[in-house]
Amino acid sequence: MPEKIPADSVGLVTPLIQHFDQALKLDCGRTLASYDLIYETYGELNPQHSNAILICHALSGDHHAAGYHHQDDKNAGWWDNYIGPGKPIDTTRFFVICVNNLGGCGGSSGPMSINPEKNKPYGPDFPIVTVKDWVHSQAMLADKLDIPQWAAVIGGSLGGMQALQWSIDYPDRLRHCVVIAAASKLSAQNIAFNEVARQAIMSDPEFYEGHYYEHDTVPHRGLKLARMLGHITYLSDEAMRAKFGRELREGKINFGFNVEFQVESYLRYQAQSFVDRFDANTYLLMTKALDYFDPANEYNGDLAKTMSSAKAHFLVLSFTSDWRFAPERSREIVKALLDNHKEVSYSEIAADHGHDAFLMPIQHYINVFNAYMKNIALEMPTGTNP
Amino acid sequence: MDNLRPELRIIADWIEPGSRVLDLGCGDGSLLMHLRDTRQVHGYGLEIDEDNIVSCVNRQLNVIQADLNEGLTEFEANSFDYVIMTQALQAMHYPDNMIEDMLRVGREAIITFPNFGHWRCRLNIARGQMPVTSSLPNSWYNTPNIHLCTLDDFAELCVEKNINVLERTVVDHSHKSTLAMRLLPNLMGEIALYRLSHK
Repeated sequence: MPEKIPADSVGLVTPLIQHFDQALKLDCGRTLASYDLIYETYGELNPQHSNAILICHALSGDHHAAGYHHQDDKNAGWWDNYIGPGKPIDTTRFFVICVNNLGGCGGSSGPMSINPEKNKPYGPDFPIVTVKDWVHSQAMLADKLDIPQWAAVIGGSLGGMQALQWSIDYPDRLRHCVVIAAASKLSAQNIAFNEVARQAIMSDPEFYEGHYYEHDTVPHRGLKLARMLGHITYLSDEAMRAKFGRELREGKINFGFNVEFQVESYLRYQAQSFVDRFDANTYLLMTKALDYFDPANEYNGDLAKTMSSAKAHFLVLSFTSDWRFAPERSREIVKALLDNHKEVSYSEIAADHGHDAFLMPIQHYINVFNAYMKNIALEMPTGTNP
Repeated sequence: MDNLRPELRIIADWIEPGSRVLDLGCGDGSLLMHLRDTRQVHGYGLEIDEDNIVSCVNRQLNVIQADLNEGLTEFEANSFDYVIMTQALQAMHYPDNMIEDMLRVGREAIITFPNFGHWRCRLNIARGQMPVTSSLPNSWYNTPNIHLCTLDDFAELCVEKNINVLERTVVDHSHKSTLAMRLLPNLMGEIALYRLSHK
Protein backbone atom coordinates (compact mmCIF):
# COMPACT_ATOMS: atom_id res chain seq x y z
CA MET A 1 0.00 0.00 0.00
CA PRO A 2 1.24 3.56 -0.62
CA GLU A 3 2.55 5.36 2.49
CA LYS A 4 -0.74 7.19 2.86
CA ILE A 5 -4.05 5.80 1.61
CA PRO A 6 -5.22 8.10 -1.22
CA ALA A 7 -8.45 9.97 -0.45
CA ASP A 8 -10.16 8.35 -3.44
CA SER A 9 -9.30 4.78 -2.34
CA VAL A 10 -11.68 2.45 -0.54
CA GLY A 11 -8.71 1.75 1.77
CA LEU A 12 -8.14 -1.56 3.53
CA VAL A 13 -10.60 -4.28 2.64
CA THR A 14 -11.22 -7.78 3.92
CA PRO A 15 -12.84 -10.46 1.78
CA LEU A 16 -15.94 -12.25 3.08
CA ILE A 17 -17.01 -15.84 2.42
CA GLN A 18 -20.58 -17.02 1.95
CA HIS A 19 -21.20 -20.73 2.20
CA PHE A 20 -24.16 -22.26 0.33
CA ASP A 21 -25.74 -25.57 1.22
CA GLN A 22 -28.46 -25.34 -1.41
CA ALA A 23 -27.40 -27.39 -4.42
CA LEU A 24 -26.63 -25.43 -7.58
CA LYS A 25 -27.71 -27.08 -10.79
CA LEU A 26 -25.27 -26.28 -13.54
CA ASP A 27 -25.63 -25.85 -17.31
CA CYS A 28 -23.47 -28.91 -17.92
CA GLY A 29 -26.05 -31.11 -16.14
CA ARG A 30 -24.00 -31.62 -13.00
CA THR A 31 -24.82 -30.23 -9.58
CA LEU A 32 -22.67 -28.60 -6.93
CA ALA A 33 -24.12 -29.87 -3.65
CA SER A 34 -22.49 -27.06 -1.69
CA TYR A 35 -20.13 -24.25 -2.53
CA ASP A 36 -18.45 -21.11 -1.26
CA LEU A 37 -18.37 -17.66 -2.81
CA ILE A 38 -15.72 -15.20 -1.71
CA TYR A 39 -16.50 -11.53 -2.24
CA GLU A 40 -15.58 -8.00 -1.23
CA THR A 41 -17.83 -5.02 -0.56
CA TYR A 42 -17.10 -1.31 -0.67
CA GLY A 43 -19.38 1.46 0.60
CA GLU A 44 -22.57 1.10 2.64
CA LEU A 45 -25.83 -0.57 1.72
CA ASN A 46 -28.61 2.02 2.15
CA PRO A 47 -31.68 1.19 4.27
CA GLN A 48 -33.78 0.69 1.11
CA HIS A 49 -31.20 -1.75 -0.29
CA SER A 50 -31.46 0.14 -3.57
CA ASN A 51 -27.86 1.25 -4.04
CA ALA A 52 -26.12 -2.09 -4.57
CA ILE A 53 -23.87 -2.55 -7.59
CA LEU A 54 -22.47 -5.87 -8.75
CA ILE A 55 -19.07 -5.84 -10.41
CA CYS A 56 -18.34 -8.91 -12.55
CA HIS A 57 -14.72 -9.83 -13.13
CA ALA A 58 -12.95 -10.95 -16.27
CA LEU A 59 -10.85 -14.01 -17.15
CA SER A 60 -7.94 -13.48 -14.77
CA GLY A 61 -9.68 -11.21 -12.27
CA ASP A 62 -11.11 -12.00 -8.87
CA HIS A 63 -13.17 -10.49 -6.06
CA HIS A 64 -10.47 -7.98 -5.14
CA ALA A 65 -11.60 -5.10 -7.34
CA ALA A 66 -10.54 -2.13 -5.22
CA GLY A 67 -8.50 -1.08 -2.21
CA TYR A 68 -5.70 -2.90 -0.41
CA HIS A 69 -5.59 -6.11 1.61
CA HIS A 70 -2.93 -5.06 4.10
CA GLN A 71 -0.55 -2.24 4.94
CA ASP A 72 2.28 -3.64 2.80
CA ASP A 73 0.05 -4.43 -0.18
CA LYS A 74 1.81 -2.93 -3.21
CA ASN A 75 -1.07 -3.30 -5.65
CA ALA A 76 -4.60 -2.03 -5.37
CA GLY A 77 -7.55 -4.14 -6.63
CA TRP A 78 -7.88 -4.69 -10.38
CA TRP A 79 -10.43 -1.90 -10.99
CA ASP A 80 -9.25 0.60 -8.41
CA ASN A 81 -9.14 3.24 -11.17
CA TYR A 82 -12.94 3.17 -11.33
CA ILE A 83 -14.13 2.20 -7.82
CA GLY A 84 -13.77 4.51 -4.84
CA PRO A 85 -14.94 7.81 -3.34
CA GLY A 86 -15.52 10.29 -6.17
CA LYS A 87 -14.69 7.75 -8.88
CA PRO A 88 -17.28 6.67 -11.48
CA ILE A 89 -18.41 3.81 -9.24
CA ASP A 90 -18.61 6.14 -6.27
CA THR A 91 -18.49 4.25 -2.98
CA THR A 92 -19.94 7.23 -1.13
CA ARG A 93 -23.15 6.64 -3.10
CA PHE A 94 -23.12 2.94 -3.92
CA PHE A 95 -22.67 -0.34 -2.10
CA VAL A 96 -20.35 -2.25 -4.39
CA ILE A 97 -19.90 -6.03 -4.45
CA CYS A 98 -17.41 -8.07 -6.42
CA VAL A 99 -17.55 -11.87 -6.29
CA ASN A 100 -14.90 -14.38 -7.28
CA ASN A 101 -16.64 -16.59 -9.82
CA LEU A 102 -17.23 -20.30 -9.27
CA GLY A 103 -14.34 -22.28 -10.67
CA GLY A 104 -12.01 -19.45 -9.71
CA CYS A 105 -8.86 -19.64 -7.64
CA GLY A 106 -9.35 -16.62 -5.41
CA GLY A 107 -11.27 -18.40 -2.66
CA SER A 108 -14.61 -19.34 -4.23
CA SER A 109 -15.19 -23.04 -4.86
CA GLY A 110 -13.04 -24.16 -7.75
CA PRO A 111 -10.56 -26.81 -8.88
CA MET A 112 -8.28 -26.08 -5.91
CA SER A 113 -11.10 -26.62 -3.38
CA ILE A 114 -11.58 -29.93 -1.61
CA ASN A 115 -14.11 -32.17 -3.30
CA PRO A 116 -16.21 -33.32 -0.32
CA GLU A 117 -16.95 -36.62 -2.04
CA LYS A 118 -13.31 -37.54 -2.48
CA ASN A 119 -11.62 -35.53 0.26
CA LYS A 120 -9.02 -34.17 -2.14
CA PRO A 121 -8.93 -31.16 -4.48
CA TYR A 122 -11.39 -31.29 -7.37
CA GLY A 123 -8.68 -30.61 -9.92
CA PRO A 124 -10.00 -31.37 -13.39
CA ASP A 125 -13.16 -32.90 -11.87
CA PHE A 126 -14.56 -29.49 -11.01
CA PRO A 127 -17.58 -29.13 -13.31
CA ILE A 128 -17.33 -26.81 -16.27
CA VAL A 129 -19.24 -23.68 -15.33
CA THR A 130 -20.83 -21.18 -17.68
CA VAL A 131 -21.59 -17.46 -17.57
CA LYS A 132 -25.22 -18.42 -16.86
CA ASP A 133 -24.11 -20.53 -13.87
CA TRP A 134 -22.07 -17.62 -12.52
CA VAL A 135 -25.00 -15.26 -12.83
CA HIS A 136 -27.20 -17.82 -11.08
CA SER A 137 -24.72 -18.13 -8.20
CA GLN A 138 -24.41 -14.33 -7.98
CA ALA A 139 -28.22 -14.13 -7.70
CA MET A 140 -28.06 -16.66 -4.84
CA LEU A 141 -25.57 -14.36 -3.10
CA ALA A 142 -27.82 -11.34 -3.72
CA ASP A 143 -30.63 -13.27 -2.00
CA LYS A 144 -28.41 -13.95 1.02
CA LEU A 145 -27.48 -10.27 1.22
CA ASP A 146 -31.12 -9.25 0.83
CA ILE A 147 -30.56 -7.31 -2.38
CA PRO A 148 -33.72 -7.75 -4.46
CA GLN A 149 -32.55 -5.54 -7.30
CA TRP A 150 -29.13 -4.18 -8.30
CA ALA A 151 -28.86 -0.49 -9.10
CA ALA A 152 -26.47 -1.75 -11.76
CA VAL A 153 -24.54 -4.79 -12.87
CA ILE A 154 -21.24 -3.76 -14.42
CA GLY A 155 -18.46 -5.68 -16.09
CA GLY A 156 -15.67 -5.51 -18.66
CA SER A 157 -14.71 -8.28 -21.10
CA LEU A 158 -15.91 -11.62 -19.67
CA GLY A 159 -17.44 -9.47 -16.89
CA GLY A 160 -19.48 -7.60 -19.50
CA MET A 161 -20.81 -10.93 -20.72
CA GLN A 162 -22.06 -11.65 -17.19
CA ALA A 163 -23.73 -8.23 -17.01
CA LEU A 164 -25.46 -8.97 -20.33
CA GLN A 165 -26.57 -12.41 -19.08
CA TRP A 166 -28.00 -10.78 -15.95
CA SER A 167 -30.20 -8.52 -18.07
CA ILE A 168 -31.51 -11.56 -19.94
CA ASP A 169 -31.96 -14.03 -17.06
CA TYR A 170 -33.13 -11.67 -14.30
CA PRO A 171 -34.68 -8.67 -16.09
CA ASP A 172 -36.37 -7.44 -12.92
CA ARG A 173 -33.30 -7.68 -10.74
CA LEU A 174 -31.21 -4.87 -12.25
CA ARG A 175 -32.03 -1.32 -13.25
CA HIS A 176 -28.87 -0.67 -15.23
CA CYS A 177 -26.45 -2.81 -17.16
CA VAL A 178 -22.99 -1.53 -18.08
CA VAL A 179 -21.29 -3.71 -20.69
CA ILE A 180 -17.69 -2.74 -21.39
CA ALA A 181 -15.34 -4.16 -24.05
CA ALA A 182 -17.49 -7.27 -24.39
CA ALA A 183 -19.26 -9.31 -27.06
CA SER A 184 -22.42 -11.35 -27.30
CA LYS A 185 -20.27 -14.33 -28.32
CA LEU A 186 -16.67 -15.08 -29.18
CA SER A 187 -15.44 -15.14 -32.75
CA ALA A 188 -13.66 -18.19 -34.17
CA GLN A 189 -10.40 -16.26 -33.85
CA ASN A 190 -11.05 -15.68 -30.15
CA ILE A 191 -11.85 -19.34 -29.54
CA ALA A 192 -8.68 -20.21 -31.44
CA PHE A 193 -6.56 -18.06 -29.10
CA ASN A 194 -8.21 -19.77 -26.12
CA GLU A 195 -7.49 -23.18 -27.59
CA VAL A 196 -3.79 -22.39 -28.04
CA ALA A 197 -3.71 -21.25 -24.40
CA ARG A 198 -5.38 -24.49 -23.26
CA GLN A 199 -3.06 -26.63 -25.36
CA ALA A 200 -0.06 -24.86 -23.87
CA ILE A 201 -1.27 -25.79 -20.38
CA MET A 202 -2.46 -29.32 -21.14
CA SER A 203 0.69 -30.31 -23.04
CA ASP A 204 2.94 -29.27 -20.16
CA PRO A 205 4.45 -32.52 -18.74
CA GLU A 206 3.67 -31.24 -15.27
CA PHE A 207 -0.06 -30.93 -16.01
CA TYR A 208 -0.75 -34.59 -15.10
CA GLU A 209 -4.22 -34.46 -16.69
CA GLY A 210 -5.07 -31.68 -14.25
CA HIS A 211 -4.02 -33.65 -11.15
CA TYR A 212 -0.82 -31.68 -10.65
CA TYR A 213 -1.70 -30.73 -7.05
CA GLU A 214 -1.16 -34.37 -6.06
CA HIS A 215 2.29 -34.23 -7.63
CA ASP A 216 3.07 -31.09 -5.70
CA THR A 217 3.77 -29.11 -8.84
CA VAL A 218 2.08 -26.79 -11.33
CA PRO A 219 2.22 -26.71 -15.15
CA HIS A 220 4.06 -23.42 -14.94
CA ARG A 221 5.53 -23.52 -18.45
CA GLY A 222 2.14 -24.02 -20.05
CA LEU A 223 0.42 -21.43 -17.90
CA LYS A 224 3.16 -18.92 -18.68
CA LEU A 225 2.77 -19.48 -22.40
CA ALA A 226 -0.99 -19.10 -22.10
CA ARG A 227 -0.56 -15.81 -20.26
CA MET A 228 2.03 -14.50 -22.73
CA LEU A 229 -0.30 -15.24 -25.63
CA GLY A 230 -3.19 -13.62 -23.79
CA HIS A 231 -1.16 -10.52 -23.03
CA ILE A 232 -0.24 -10.02 -26.67
CA THR A 233 -3.91 -10.14 -27.64
CA TYR A 234 -4.95 -7.75 -24.86
CA LEU A 235 -2.57 -5.06 -26.12
CA SER A 236 -2.67 -3.31 -29.45
CA ASP A 237 0.18 -3.10 -31.91
CA GLU A 238 0.42 0.65 -31.21
CA ALA A 239 0.45 0.13 -27.44
CA MET A 240 3.32 -2.38 -27.68
CA ARG A 241 5.23 -0.15 -30.08
CA ALA A 242 4.80 2.81 -27.75
CA LYS A 243 5.72 0.84 -24.64
CA PHE A 244 8.67 -1.21 -25.92
CA GLY A 245 9.47 -0.40 -29.53
CA ARG A 246 12.51 -2.51 -30.39
CA GLU A 247 14.35 -1.44 -27.30
CA LEU A 248 17.09 -3.83 -26.19
CA ARG A 249 17.77 -4.61 -22.57
CA GLU A 250 21.53 -4.42 -22.92
CA GLY A 251 21.55 -1.93 -25.77
CA LYS A 252 22.89 -4.50 -28.25
CA ILE A 253 21.92 -7.84 -29.71
CA ASN A 254 23.79 -10.87 -28.37
CA PHE A 255 22.97 -13.45 -31.02
CA GLY A 256 21.34 -15.73 -28.47
CA PHE A 257 18.00 -16.89 -27.15
CA ASN A 258 18.07 -15.18 -23.80
CA VAL A 259 15.92 -12.11 -23.16
CA GLU A 260 17.14 -9.36 -25.46
CA PHE A 261 14.22 -7.16 -26.39
CA GLN A 262 12.34 -5.32 -23.66
CA VAL A 263 9.08 -6.80 -24.86
CA GLU A 264 10.44 -10.29 -24.18
CA SER A 265 11.40 -9.27 -20.70
CA TYR A 266 7.94 -7.81 -20.10
CA LEU A 267 6.16 -10.94 -21.29
CA ARG A 268 8.33 -13.22 -19.15
CA TYR A 269 7.76 -11.04 -16.11
CA GLN A 270 4.00 -10.96 -16.64
CA ALA A 271 3.97 -14.72 -17.16
CA GLN A 272 5.95 -15.40 -14.00
CA SER A 273 3.82 -13.19 -11.79
CA PHE A 274 0.70 -14.80 -13.24
CA VAL A 275 1.90 -18.32 -12.37
CA ASP A 276 2.46 -17.16 -8.81
CA ARG A 277 -1.17 -16.12 -8.40
CA PHE A 278 -3.30 -18.12 -10.82
CA ASP A 279 -4.32 -21.75 -11.13
CA ALA A 280 -4.02 -23.56 -14.46
CA ASN A 281 -7.25 -25.54 -14.05
CA THR A 282 -9.13 -22.30 -13.38
CA TYR A 283 -7.61 -20.81 -16.52
CA LEU A 284 -8.94 -23.76 -18.51
CA LEU A 285 -12.41 -23.36 -17.00
CA MET A 286 -12.56 -19.60 -17.57
CA THR A 287 -11.58 -19.91 -21.23
CA LYS A 288 -14.31 -22.52 -21.70
CA ALA A 289 -16.90 -20.23 -20.12
CA LEU A 290 -15.82 -17.58 -22.63
CA ASP A 291 -16.03 -19.96 -25.59
CA TYR A 292 -19.48 -21.27 -24.64
CA PHE A 293 -21.04 -17.85 -24.02
CA ASP A 294 -23.68 -17.27 -26.68
CA PRO A 295 -27.04 -16.29 -25.12
CA ALA A 296 -28.64 -15.92 -28.56
CA ASN A 297 -28.11 -19.61 -29.21
CA GLU A 298 -31.36 -20.38 -27.37
CA TYR A 299 -33.13 -18.01 -29.78
CA ASN A 300 -31.83 -19.43 -33.06
CA GLY A 301 -28.97 -16.96 -33.05
CA ASP A 302 -31.33 -13.98 -32.96
CA LEU A 303 -29.72 -11.55 -30.52
CA ALA A 304 -32.55 -9.00 -30.85
CA LYS A 305 -35.02 -11.66 -29.74
CA THR A 306 -32.66 -12.64 -26.91
CA MET A 307 -32.61 -9.08 -25.60
CA SER A 308 -36.34 -8.49 -26.00
CA SER A 309 -37.15 -9.39 -22.40
CA ALA A 310 -34.42 -7.18 -20.90
CA LYS A 311 -35.70 -4.26 -18.84
CA ALA A 312 -32.47 -2.60 -17.76
CA HIS A 313 -31.09 0.62 -19.18
CA PHE A 314 -27.81 -0.05 -20.94
CA LEU A 315 -24.49 1.68 -21.27
CA VAL A 316 -22.27 -0.09 -23.79
CA LEU A 317 -18.63 0.95 -24.16
CA SER A 318 -15.89 -0.22 -26.48
CA PHE A 319 -12.35 0.87 -27.32
CA THR A 320 -11.06 1.74 -30.78
CA SER A 321 -7.86 -0.33 -30.62
CA ASP A 322 -9.41 -3.40 -28.95
CA TRP A 323 -9.08 -6.18 -31.50
CA ARG A 324 -9.83 -9.04 -29.08
CA PHE A 325 -13.33 -7.65 -28.36
CA ALA A 326 -13.58 -5.17 -31.20
CA PRO A 327 -16.05 -2.24 -31.28
CA GLU A 328 -18.03 -4.11 -33.97
CA ARG A 329 -18.89 -6.78 -31.37
CA SER A 330 -20.23 -4.12 -28.99
CA ARG A 331 -22.21 -2.56 -31.83
CA GLU A 332 -23.93 -5.91 -32.36
CA ILE A 333 -25.17 -5.69 -28.79
CA VAL A 334 -26.25 -2.09 -29.35
CA LYS A 335 -28.09 -3.04 -32.53
CA ALA A 336 -30.00 -5.80 -30.73
CA LEU A 337 -31.06 -3.26 -28.10
CA LEU A 338 -32.00 -0.64 -30.71
CA ASP A 339 -34.09 -3.20 -32.55
CA ASN A 340 -36.10 -3.56 -29.33
CA HIS A 341 -36.18 0.21 -28.68
CA LYS A 342 -34.46 -0.38 -25.33
CA GLU A 343 -32.80 2.43 -23.43
CA VAL A 344 -29.17 2.39 -24.52
CA SER A 345 -26.19 4.67 -24.89
CA TYR A 346 -22.99 3.69 -26.62
CA SER A 347 -19.56 5.21 -26.85
CA GLU A 348 -16.56 3.99 -28.76
CA ILE A 349 -13.69 5.34 -26.74
CA ALA A 350 -10.54 6.43 -28.56
CA ALA A 351 -7.71 4.54 -26.85
CA ASP A 352 -4.61 2.76 -28.11
CA HIS A 353 -4.23 0.38 -25.16
CA GLY A 354 -6.09 -2.47 -26.88
CA HIS A 355 -8.47 -4.66 -24.85
CA ASP A 356 -6.68 -3.67 -21.62
CA ALA A 357 -8.06 -0.13 -22.07
CA PHE A 358 -11.11 -1.10 -19.99
CA LEU A 359 -8.88 -1.14 -16.91
CA MET A 360 -7.06 2.13 -17.68
CA PRO A 361 -7.84 5.67 -16.57
CA ILE A 362 -8.85 7.31 -19.88
CA GLN A 363 -10.44 10.75 -19.68
CA HIS A 364 -13.43 10.31 -21.98
CA TYR A 365 -14.09 6.84 -20.54
CA ILE A 366 -14.11 8.38 -17.04
CA ASN A 367 -16.36 11.27 -18.18
CA VAL A 368 -19.03 9.19 -19.86
CA PHE A 369 -18.98 6.51 -17.13
CA ASN A 370 -19.20 9.23 -14.45
CA ALA A 371 -22.13 10.94 -16.15
CA TYR A 372 -24.02 7.65 -16.43
CA MET A 373 -23.35 6.56 -12.84
CA LYS A 374 -24.29 9.97 -11.38
CA ASN A 375 -27.73 9.65 -12.94
CA ILE A 376 -28.13 6.16 -11.46
CA ALA A 377 -27.41 7.62 -8.04
CA LEU A 378 -29.87 10.49 -8.57
CA GLU A 379 -32.76 8.27 -9.57
CA MET A 380 -32.14 5.69 -6.83
CA PRO A 381 -35.40 4.66 -5.15
CA THR A 382 -35.38 5.94 -1.60
CA GLY A 383 -38.69 4.42 -0.48
CA THR A 384 -38.65 1.75 2.18
CA ASN A 385 -37.59 -1.73 1.22
CA PRO A 386 -40.67 -3.96 0.78
CA MET B 1 -39.74 27.18 -22.64
CA ASP B 2 -36.02 26.56 -22.45
CA ASN B 3 -33.55 28.38 -24.64
CA LEU B 4 -33.94 26.00 -27.56
CA ARG B 5 -32.50 27.18 -30.88
CA PRO B 6 -35.47 28.72 -32.77
CA GLU B 7 -34.82 26.38 -35.69
CA LEU B 8 -35.25 23.43 -33.36
CA ARG B 9 -38.44 24.95 -31.99
CA ILE B 10 -39.96 24.93 -35.48
CA ILE B 11 -38.98 21.27 -35.82
CA ALA B 12 -40.39 20.41 -32.40
CA ASP B 13 -43.77 21.75 -33.52
CA TRP B 14 -43.77 19.25 -36.37
CA ILE B 15 -43.34 16.23 -34.07
CA GLU B 16 -46.41 14.39 -32.83
CA PRO B 17 -46.36 13.63 -29.10
CA GLY B 18 -45.35 10.12 -28.09
CA SER B 19 -43.53 9.37 -31.33
CA ARG B 20 -40.19 7.65 -31.95
CA VAL B 21 -37.42 9.95 -33.05
CA LEU B 22 -33.89 9.44 -34.34
CA ASP B 23 -31.79 12.62 -34.26
CA LEU B 24 -28.77 12.42 -36.56
CA GLY B 25 -25.93 14.56 -35.27
CA CYS B 26 -27.85 15.37 -32.08
CA GLY B 27 -25.13 17.61 -30.62
CA ASP B 28 -25.52 18.17 -26.89
CA GLY B 29 -29.02 16.69 -27.01
CA SER B 30 -31.02 19.95 -26.73
CA LEU B 31 -33.68 18.93 -29.23
CA LEU B 32 -34.05 15.38 -27.90
CA MET B 33 -34.32 16.62 -24.35
CA HIS B 34 -36.96 19.17 -25.35
CA LEU B 35 -38.91 16.51 -27.25
CA ARG B 36 -38.68 14.07 -24.36
CA ASP B 37 -39.72 16.61 -21.74
CA THR B 38 -42.50 18.34 -23.67
CA ARG B 39 -43.73 15.69 -26.12
CA GLN B 40 -42.99 12.36 -24.39
CA VAL B 41 -40.92 11.34 -27.37
CA HIS B 42 -38.79 8.18 -27.20
CA GLY B 43 -35.61 9.02 -29.00
CA TYR B 44 -32.02 8.24 -29.79
CA GLY B 45 -29.31 10.60 -30.86
CA LEU B 46 -26.39 9.73 -33.07
CA GLU B 47 -23.31 11.80 -32.40
CA ILE B 48 -19.59 11.60 -33.08
CA ASP B 49 -18.18 14.20 -30.67
CA GLU B 50 -17.05 12.89 -27.26
CA ASP B 51 -18.05 15.98 -25.27
CA ASN B 52 -21.50 16.01 -26.84
CA ILE B 53 -21.90 12.34 -25.92
CA VAL B 54 -21.10 13.12 -22.30
CA SER B 55 -23.66 16.00 -22.40
CA CYS B 56 -26.32 13.65 -23.71
CA VAL B 57 -25.56 10.98 -21.10
CA ASN B 58 -25.68 13.69 -18.45
CA ARG B 59 -29.16 14.57 -19.65
CA GLN B 60 -30.23 10.91 -19.48
CA LEU B 61 -30.70 10.74 -23.23
CA ASN B 62 -30.00 7.69 -25.35
CA VAL B 63 -26.97 8.55 -27.45
CA ILE B 64 -25.07 6.28 -29.80
CA GLN B 65 -21.58 7.23 -30.93
CA ALA B 66 -21.55 6.89 -34.69
CA ASP B 67 -20.10 8.33 -37.86
CA LEU B 68 -23.09 9.33 -39.99
CA ASN B 69 -21.06 8.86 -43.16
CA GLU B 70 -21.16 5.13 -42.45
CA GLY B 71 -24.93 5.24 -43.00
CA LEU B 72 -27.79 3.98 -40.86
CA THR B 73 -27.22 0.26 -41.42
CA GLU B 74 -27.73 -0.46 -37.72
CA PHE B 75 -31.34 0.66 -37.93
CA GLU B 76 -34.19 -1.44 -39.23
CA ALA B 77 -36.56 -0.13 -41.90
CA ASN B 78 -39.54 1.85 -40.59
CA SER B 79 -38.33 1.71 -37.01
CA PHE B 80 -38.89 5.44 -36.32
CA ASP B 81 -41.63 8.01 -36.87
CA TYR B 82 -39.16 10.80 -37.57
CA VAL B 83 -35.51 10.86 -38.55
CA ILE B 84 -34.09 14.34 -38.07
CA MET B 85 -30.93 15.94 -39.42
CA THR B 86 -30.29 19.59 -38.64
CA GLN B 87 -27.57 21.51 -40.47
CA ALA B 88 -25.52 18.43 -41.25
CA LEU B 89 -26.72 17.17 -44.64
CA GLN B 90 -24.33 19.50 -46.46
CA ALA B 91 -21.42 17.92 -44.57
CA MET B 92 -22.27 14.33 -45.59
CA HIS B 93 -20.18 12.46 -48.14
CA TYR B 94 -23.34 11.32 -49.96
CA PRO B 95 -26.34 13.51 -49.03
CA ASP B 96 -28.61 11.79 -51.57
CA ASN B 97 -27.97 8.35 -50.05
CA MET B 98 -28.43 9.81 -46.57
CA ILE B 99 -31.89 11.19 -47.43
CA GLU B 100 -32.93 7.81 -48.81
CA ASP B 101 -31.57 6.05 -45.72
CA MET B 102 -33.47 8.47 -43.48
CA LEU B 103 -36.70 7.68 -45.31
CA ARG B 104 -35.97 3.95 -45.12
CA VAL B 105 -35.58 4.08 -41.33
CA GLY B 106 -38.25 6.71 -40.60
CA ARG B 107 -41.81 7.33 -41.71
CA GLU B 108 -40.82 10.96 -42.19
CA ALA B 109 -37.52 12.79 -42.50
CA ILE B 110 -36.90 16.29 -41.20
CA ILE B 111 -33.93 18.06 -42.75
CA THR B 112 -32.54 21.56 -42.36
CA PHE B 113 -29.69 23.10 -44.36
CA PRO B 114 -28.25 26.50 -45.29
CA ASN B 115 -29.67 27.77 -48.58
CA PHE B 116 -26.86 28.45 -51.04
CA GLY B 117 -29.31 30.36 -53.21
CA HIS B 118 -29.66 33.16 -50.64
CA TRP B 119 -28.95 36.58 -52.15
CA ARG B 120 -25.92 37.12 -49.94
CA CYS B 121 -24.32 33.93 -51.27
CA ARG B 122 -25.16 34.96 -54.81
CA LEU B 123 -23.65 38.41 -54.22
CA ASN B 124 -20.44 36.88 -52.92
CA ILE B 125 -20.21 34.59 -55.94
CA ALA B 126 -20.98 37.52 -58.29
CA ARG B 127 -18.07 39.33 -56.69
CA GLY B 128 -15.94 36.30 -57.44
CA GLN B 129 -15.63 34.89 -53.93
CA MET B 130 -16.96 31.90 -52.00
CA PRO B 131 -19.63 33.10 -49.58
CA VAL B 132 -18.86 33.53 -45.90
CA THR B 133 -22.12 34.37 -44.14
CA SER B 134 -23.71 33.94 -40.73
CA SER B 135 -25.23 30.61 -41.74
CA LEU B 136 -22.04 29.58 -43.63
CA PRO B 137 -19.32 31.01 -41.40
CA ASN B 138 -16.32 28.98 -42.63
CA SER B 139 -13.79 29.72 -45.35
CA TRP B 140 -13.60 27.45 -48.40
CA TYR B 141 -10.52 25.64 -47.09
CA ASN B 142 -11.79 24.71 -43.63
CA THR B 143 -15.50 24.31 -44.13
CA PRO B 144 -17.14 20.99 -43.23
CA ASN B 145 -19.89 21.93 -45.72
CA ILE B 146 -18.86 20.05 -48.83
CA HIS B 147 -22.25 19.56 -50.50
CA LEU B 148 -24.07 22.89 -50.54
CA CYS B 149 -27.28 23.34 -52.47
CA THR B 150 -30.07 25.81 -53.13
CA LEU B 151 -33.73 25.29 -52.40
CA ASP B 152 -34.33 24.65 -56.09
CA ASP B 153 -31.54 22.05 -56.20
CA PHE B 154 -33.06 20.29 -53.22
CA ALA B 155 -36.55 20.36 -54.74
CA GLU B 156 -35.14 18.81 -57.92
CA LEU B 157 -33.55 15.98 -55.94
CA CYS B 158 -36.85 15.31 -54.16
CA VAL B 159 -38.62 14.97 -57.52
CA GLU B 160 -35.87 12.72 -58.85
CA LYS B 161 -36.04 10.48 -55.75
CA ASN B 162 -39.83 10.44 -55.66
CA ILE B 163 -39.93 12.18 -52.31
CA ASN B 164 -42.95 14.07 -51.02
CA VAL B 165 -42.35 17.50 -49.49
CA LEU B 166 -44.90 17.58 -46.68
CA GLU B 167 -43.86 20.92 -45.34
CA ARG B 168 -41.22 23.56 -46.05
CA THR B 169 -40.25 26.63 -44.04
CA VAL B 170 -37.52 29.14 -44.83
CA VAL B 171 -36.13 31.49 -42.24
CA ASP B 172 -33.21 33.90 -41.83
CA HIS B 173 -30.25 33.30 -39.54
CA SER B 174 -32.23 34.63 -36.57
CA HIS B 175 -34.96 32.18 -37.61
CA LYS B 176 -37.56 34.73 -38.52
CA SER B 177 -39.74 34.25 -41.55
CA THR B 178 -40.80 37.33 -43.54
CA LEU B 179 -43.16 37.94 -46.41
CA ALA B 180 -40.19 38.36 -48.74
CA MET B 181 -38.96 34.89 -47.78
CA ARG B 182 -42.35 33.39 -48.43
CA LEU B 183 -42.57 35.07 -51.84
CA LEU B 184 -38.97 34.46 -52.95
CA PRO B 185 -37.75 31.63 -50.76
CA ASN B 186 -34.73 30.63 -52.86
CA LEU B 187 -33.47 34.21 -52.91
CA MET B 188 -34.45 35.45 -49.47
CA GLY B 189 -34.33 32.32 -47.27
CA GLU B 190 -31.12 31.61 -45.35
CA ILE B 191 -32.06 28.34 -43.73
CA ALA B 192 -34.44 25.77 -45.16
CA LEU B 193 -36.46 23.31 -43.08
CA TYR B 194 -38.13 20.38 -44.81
CA ARG B 195 -40.47 17.64 -43.68
CA LEU B 196 -40.37 14.75 -46.16
CA SER B 197 -41.93 11.37 -46.77
CA HIS B 198 -41.83 8.73 -49.46
CA LYS B 199 -44.47 8.98 -52.16
